[in-house]
Amino acid sequence: MAYAIRSTAIEANGLRKAYGDLSVLDGIDLEVPRGSVFALLGPNGAGKTTTVRILATLIRPDGGEARVGGHDVVAERHAVRRTISLTGQYAAVDELQTGEENLRMMGRLAGLSGSRARVRARELLARFDLIDAGRRRVATYSGGMRRRLDLAVGLVGELSVIFLDEPTTGLDPRSRQAMWDVVGDLVGAGVTVFLTTQYLEEADRLADRIAVIDQGRVVAEGTAAELKRRVAEQRLELVLTDARAFEDAARALGDRALTADRGERAIGVATDGSAADVRALLDEIDPGRRSVERFSVHSATLDDVFMALTEKETAHA
Amino acid sequence: MPSAAVTMAGRCTRVSLRQIDALLTSLMLPVLLMLMFVYLFGGAIETGTKYVTYVVPGVILLCAGFGSATTAVNVSQDMSRGIVDRFRSMDIGGPALLAGHVAASVVRNAASTVLVFAVALAIGFRPSAGLLDWLAVAGVLLAFMLAISWLAAAIGLVARSPEAANGFTFFVMFLPYASSAFVPVDTMPSWIQGFAQHQPVTPVTEAVRGLLLGTGADVWPALAWCGGILVLSIAASSVLFRRRTV
Repeated sequence: MAYAIRSTAIEANGLRKAYGDLSVLDGIDLEVPRGSVFALLGPNGAGKTTTVRILATLIRPDGGEARVGGHDVVAERHAVRRTISLTGQYAAVDELQTGEENLRMMGRLAGLSGSRARVRARELLARFDLIDAGRRRVATYSGGMRRRLDLAVGLVGELSVIFLDEPTTGLDPRSRQAMWDVVGDLVGAGVTVFLTTQYLEEADRLADRIAVIDQGRVVAEGTAAELKRRVAEQRLELVLTDARAFEDAARALGDRALTADRGERAIGVATDGSAADVRALLDEIDPGRRSVERFSVHSATLDDVFMALTEKETAHA
Repeated sequence: MPSAAVTMAGRCTRVSLRQIDALLTSLMLPVLLMLMFVYLFGGAIETGTKYVTYVVPGVILLCAGFGSATTAVNVSQDMSRGIVDRFRSMDIGGPALLAGHVAASVVRNAASTVLVFAVALAIGFRPSAGLLDWLAVAGVLLAFMLAISWLAAAIGLVARSPEAANGFTFFVMFLPYASSAFVPVDTMPSWIQGFAQHQPVTPVTEAVRGLLLGTGADVWPALAWCGGILVLSIAASSVLFRRRTV
């Protein structure tokens, strides 16, 4: 088993970063085993990109330390750079070069020979469904094609730790699926992938472990299953007939109510989504079968995860 | 890492040859200025020789200077987009990136300078330079392009946006006017003469003019100016790149 050799690809302890008075990272701790996929999940402004930029040696932390591939990201940044690849949020390709020229250039910069860079460029164009577009200038590409090329460029060098900052933001469903397949292949090849995302589904699909960050702090960390146990995967939304029915239901559910909106007379409660569970909940809240006006079942959204996790944080504080 | 710089130079050359509008501007502008000076103003300017003979070195410098200054815009563009992050994460540092831009600038400007020379010859410019003089002219012009390009690269690192960097091209375009490039310095008001005598375009113009017309040229002040600008700009840009990217 690979687990016989315990090794850590990325570790961070107490990372801090502030811009002026604005604290962006407020003590981030992370540990990513080699050959795994790690997702940093969080809303805009949570500190995801700043974390990636520190780990990829582009900016220095104000406090704390981090090692990638066993090398310190500040003191040994050149060694770190020889093991990582970074694909940022904004397409880092030349508009006035063709897709193939971009790939070959990056291959050469990554140290491949001219002929090796050409072969590698063809491979990646094929893998990202860009063969036909490869000879056109990037300026003519659609947003999705540009993003795919950008991701392809990030894989040119065959490195051991790959950072993907929101790799599927702005991609259509098919391109997103293709990206997910690529991440799967990478892991099969022993690469460590560190990605950020705003999408719970994406973290769920790809990541072995997920850290949820909010306002510069890790508010939860674990496997997708572990996190889901902490928040409801499915939510039963009820609209009660009147204010009194609402009060009764709220009292009956107590702190099992995930959301409660008095004005709309709406209450959300966790369910596993099965008919039996929904029926049991309805019977419990509304034994007389008169006080529930409507109900609907929703899959947990990232919002729910955050609400749940950040509320817990405040409750503990 | 020299091979990275070579790859980067190839990239920058390819990209700048495809910036058709910028390329045309840096070609058309000197040619139009030359035609304007020769046919519109030239009759009124007394230089002791045919005006076309007097003005061509100045136009050549304007062409080289303006074209080199566009390096500031190109560098600034790279710095303001994600590509510089990717380069840095690949351990391709400032020197390789900037050297690539400067090399592309010299290639581009060498080509446009040859074209401006060709137009000048077509409208009656008759230099008396021998082969060695021509080689010396090429050397001085290359030194000038190199110096202005590195200076522009440093400016590109300071500028917060490509638009701001573009301001530098206008500054460089203005310099030849306050020099001996278009009119003899001793015809200017005395307070400008002080500046005109002691700015790099005047010695470079005088060196090129002297070599082309065979009137004897002192190339050392020109080379000293270019060398000084080059050394300072390289030093400044390495500091600026580090400051901009930490």
